[in-house]
Amino acid sequence: MAEATIVRVNSLAAVSRDSANPPRASLAVLPDAAKLVFRGRPPSVGAAAEAFGVELPQTANRFSEAGPRKAYWLGPDEWLLEAIGQDSSELFSAMAERLASHSCSLVDVSHRSDSMEIRGPMSEYVLNHGCPLDLSERAFPIGMCTRTILGKSPIILSRTEREVFHLDVWRSFSPYVWLLLDDARREFLDDESARSPT
Amino acid sequence: MLLIKCPFCGPRPELEFSYGGQAHIARPKDPASLDDEAWAEYLYIRSNSKGLHAERWRHIHGCARFFNVQRNTVSDAIVSTYKIGEEPPKPVEPGLEERSSRSGAAL
Repeated sequence: MAEATIVRVNSLAAVSRDSANPPRASLAVLPDAAKLVFRGRPPSVGAAAEAFGVELPQTANRFSEAGPRKAYWLGPDEWLLEAIGQDSSELFSAMAERLASHSCSLVDVSHRSDSMEIRGPMSEYVLNHGCPLDLSERAFPIGMCTRTILGKSPIILSRTEREVFHLDVWRSFSPYVWLLLDDARREFLDDESARSPT
Repeated sequence: MLLIKCPFCGPRPELEFSYGGQAHIARPKDPASLDDEAWAEYLYIRSNSKGLHAERWRHIHGCARFFNVQRNTVSDAIVSTYKIGEEPPKPVEPGLEERSSRSGAAL
């Protein structure tokens, strides 16, 4: 009997293929990652950080990173742990083992969402078409992350560089979010290089 | 759009929040000892105050935590926000306390 193989298809694969990409607000699909949601109180927080290899930020709405791994503060006792390019079941079982003696929760949410990036000097402006947050660098500095709303979709928004934002969107909402941003940046399509294939 | 100050995340747009009803309503410790009237009072009767009102809100599209808000039901002005378990701050505007005293809730 043939063995069944499950191939993960990024929910943005189809919708991103034909987008023209104006450099003032360019969109890109980010690579798949293992994503775990950790919830717990202080004794287990340190253990989780040790097991994951990245400090879990105690400051509200901040993320910390080490190499391909990031830990996002989502709530006072809740973090999203993201490891780009890693197999989620491996990471999950390794962490679950280290946390077995602690009272906490660890949930594998890798297949719940896909990530995209918006880059360029107009990215704040384009995001503000659907997100009412103040995205100026003073109010939303590099290293900040938060759950919020974009249009009709809940997202996790983070700023990795001055002109680069990452969005984590649930799979069923992600084509909608992509098209919303694509529509919002249409005014920049007169950019010379936007017409060239990516 | 109203800005509501989440005690964890700071000022955020109103659409990130959802309303959670009147605050500071403690579940009776021993429900079995209550008569129907007292139980119905706990379940259904709320203050509907004109003026300062303590209520629960949830920052559902943010940190997802519940917290308490003191809001003036006449002007819709949010007077203060504070974490669950904290004492409500004293109202700044005089007169608001009396108007809401009918509720009997400890404001």
